[in-house]
Amino acid sequence: MNFGFKKVASYRRHRFAAPALIVVALISLGTTFSMASALTGGPHMVGAEQTTLVQEGKEIFARGCSSCHGINAEGGNIAPALVGVGAAAVDFQVGTGRMPMADMSQQAMRKRPVYNAEQTAALAAYVASLAPGPAAVNDAQLTFERDGNTAQGGELFRTNCAMCHNFAGQGGALSQGKYAPTLMGVEPKHIYEAMITGPQSMPVFSDKVITPAEKLSIIKWIKAAESEPNLGGASLGRVGPVTEGLLVWTLGLGILIGIAVWLAMKAR
Amino acid sequence: MKKSEKIAGSVANYVDERTGAAKWLKKNLTKVFPDHWSFMLGEICLYSFIILLLSGTFLTFWFDPSQREVVYNGSYAPLSNLTMSASYASTLHISFDVRGGLLMRQIHHWAALIFMAGIIAHLLRVFFTGAFRKPREFNWLIGVGLVTLGIVEGFLGYSLPDDLLSGTGIRIAEAILQAIPVVGSYLAFFAFGGAFPGHVFIPRIYTVHVLLLPGIFLALITVHLMLVWYQKHTQYPGPGRTEKNVVGYPLMPVYMAKAGGFFFIVFGVTAFLGAVASINPIWLYGPYTPGQISAGSQPDFYMGWLDGLVRMAPPIETHAFGHTISWNILIPGLIIPGILFTGMALYPFIESWITGDKTEHHLLDRPRNVPNRTALGAMSLAFMLIILINGGNDIIATHFHLTINQIMWFTRIGVIVIPPIVFVITKRLCLSLQRADRELVLHGKETGRLVMLPHGEFVEIHQELTPAQKFILTQHEQPEPLAIPDTDAGGVRNPAGIKGKIRSRMSKANAEQVSAPSETEAKAIDGGHH
Ligand code: HEC
Ligand code: HEC
Ligand code: HEM
Repeated sequence: MNFGFKKVASYRRHRFAAPALIVVALISLGTTFSMASALTGGPHMVGAEQTTLVQEGKEIFARGCSSCHGINAEGGNIAPALVGVGAAAVDFQVGTGRMPMADMSQQAMRKRPVYNAEQTAALAAYVASLAPGPAAVNDAQLTFERDGNTAQGGELFRTNCAMCHNFAGQGGALSQGKYAPTLMGVEPKHIYEAMITGPQSMPVFSDKVITPAEKLSIIKWIKAAESEPNLGGASLGRVGPVTEGLLVWTLGLGILIGIAVWLAMKAR
Repeated sequence: MKKSEKIAGSVANYVDERTGAAKWLKKNLTKVFPDHWSFMLGEICLYSFIILLLSGTFLTFWFDPSQREVVYNGSYAPLSNLTMSASYASTLHISFDVRGGLLMRQIHHWAALIFMAGIIAHLLRVFFTGAFRKPREFNWLIGVGLVTLGIVEGFLGYSLPDDLLSGTGIRIAEAILQAIPVVGSYLAFFAFGGAFPGHVFIPRIYTVHVLLLPGIFLALITVHLMLVWYQKHTQYPGPGRTEKNVVGYPLMPVYMAKAGGFFFIVFGVTAFLGAVASINPIWLYGPYTPGQISAGSQPDFYMGWLDGLVRMAPPIETHAFGHTISWNILIPGLIIPGILFTGMALYPFIESWITGDKTEHHLLDRPRNVPNRTALGAMSLAFMLIILINGGNDIIATHFHLTINQIMWFTRIGVIVIPPIVFVITKRLCLSLQRADRELVLHGKETGRLVMLPHGEFVEIHQELTPAQKFILTQHEQPEPLAIPDTDAGGVRNPAGIKGKIRSRMSKANAEQVSAPSETEAKAIDGGHH
């Protein structure tokens, strides 16, 4: 269906206009992030330290990734080039265990990561050294607890993410066997990196579409959804009316018919 | 024996309907109702309707049916300060800031689901046992009306809170409305008082949901029950039960006590579900905004089949005279449901046309003894189930690691191929069950005890059925196919035309039966064997 996004967008602008202080804070936060993502390496790296890291990454890459992505990450028949995808993409893909890919017949799945944090950072530094791209973020940079707004994040989530990930971030099916995974239990930095790199069938949400501050709000909302108690009783999976229908035919009508049979038997 | 007492009691209880108005009260209070669990399905519907009235009235005290925009400042923090419609905000208010409000909402919604599931189960019982036959066709029509209106009522209620899922549902309903050729866009414009979503739709459906349809329900249910009263209840076949009597318990006190008890059981189960299982957690869905949609947007199950049909339709459109006809919405959204419900409504008349049977029936059929009807019912169920599965295709895909496309193609092909297969299998199954019945009557039950005869042969002892058991297995009518002559007296071929031909073919298929053993057959075997 072809829904317009105008209404929400204008409303968002309106809410932002209110307290001038917040606007200033957001803008400064936003520029910090866009500057950070314009840098190719990690934001804290300098000089020789950086070169050894890149070298180390190149070695790991040659062993673990080049069979698919090519020896210089130039891409091959089965996997895309990684030139310009940036450290964020590597940190996300390797940090969530998606890479190195195990089963090429399916969409890359979240697994236990093969590489530890240092190795991942080295791989990221190497890929980032090939061409500029979005930088990786770390959890300390993501001050969503302080700067995020849960309600606004929910609104953004429903506008931008719910169509694939379901209203409660439980995940959903896409066409051709692809699926958007559940977002419960995903680390904040990986949520952030997913948005700026757009893994596989997920679109990239550039800072123009969703500002860095808004991204923090989205993360805050996802974390709130994750820890939200089931207010109405057993949640039935938070997937909407399908499980409710199953329950009413099995437990609901099942019990009632059982009792009816029992009552009719008792009469004899 | 209890049975004979029962028969004697029933004969004593049987009061002719036309004995006069003076005895009305006495007569009605001693009116006899037969007893069987499947006769309580209708009661489930009645009681859950009463629960809906009570819980719904509670909800009206706080629900604000308006699409006016408000800023939420209630106690559910993840939505605070968002702009939303008053109806969504008031549903949040009921859920979190009214004492017992969430429980009532959940009871109302669970009761709605039990109501619809109960109606469907009740309808199936009536169908498979042939309870719709003369003189009860009119009550069947009322029943079909009740299911149809139930679907509408449930859909409207589901739409009232104006949350993201139900808003998506209304959007689809609008698309179906618009797909009606020529008048569609005017109808949609009229219903929404302008462009979607507008400001009048929720207030309008509110009036329909809490006033108009409940009123119609009350009227229909009253007539429905009055007809049951006057025509008396049907009963399953058994010794002493005839087309002219009713065997069971008097209304007072036995039946009333049982029915009253059952009301509290239905209420209890509904309240239990409402207390322990979350339903329609609208706070998770968020308020409706036309720009948003969620993965796994689903309607309740009673609309799910319709959604499944719409989802499986291949994209076909035609452009003519400056109009676009969207067959992909029109066919699954209106034409097929129209055919299904019309067919269901007319079924009693179609069946009696095929069988030529114009007599009254108060004894129910055992489904196996009417293979064609049973097979048709099973086939329709299979059809509904398949399209319902496609309605949940995205949820099934993620939970069973299938792809939406696989499910889509399975159901697209399955919906055409599987129902006929189910028809054939069910019919064969009915006929073999009839054969098994015949064996039982003629040769008795196998006991598993072997006896060696003097000359060394082993035989298994068969235990003869009691007369009552035999009666149940042999009492059914065995229709003959209609005799429709191929040529009339003057030698002109096919006087009844195509219609006659179809009728005779169908009647022949309908009459296919394993003949029940006659008394003489049973006697002959008795004499020869033992
Ligand atoms: C078995 C083959 C295979 C191996 C080994 C492999 N990859 Fe991949 N990788 C792929 C494929 C295929 C894709 C594209 C997935 C898609 O788009 O569906 C991909 C995508 C990526 C992406 C995302 C690119 C983008 O455009 O965002 C990154 C980053 C990546 N791989 C990094 C790595 C790293 C680092 C390693 C080594 C640790 C590695 N991969 C090992 C097959 C592989
Ligand atoms: C078009 C559909 C689509 C949209 C819209 C979308 N995603 Fe995704 N998302 C996906 C898919 C598909 C994947 C899985 C990619 C993969 O397998 O690597 C994914 C993966 C993710 C992951 C990684 C989860 C994990 O298990 O590691 C996160 C986090 C994520 N998305 C967040 C978001 C957020 C936040 C938004 C909204 C701003 C969003 N997505 C919008 C389709 C989508
Ligand atoms: C056959 C009868 C009925 C059915 C199938 C039905 C169904 C529904 C459903 C599915 C909902 C959505 C509930 C939710 O999860 O929020 C609903 C809402 C509602 N219903 Fe009914 N209903 C019926 C009768 C009634 C009656 C008789 C009344 C009032 C007299 C009523 C009043 C309401 C109100 C006020 C709401 C909105 C409040 C809310 O959603 O919390 N309903 N109905």
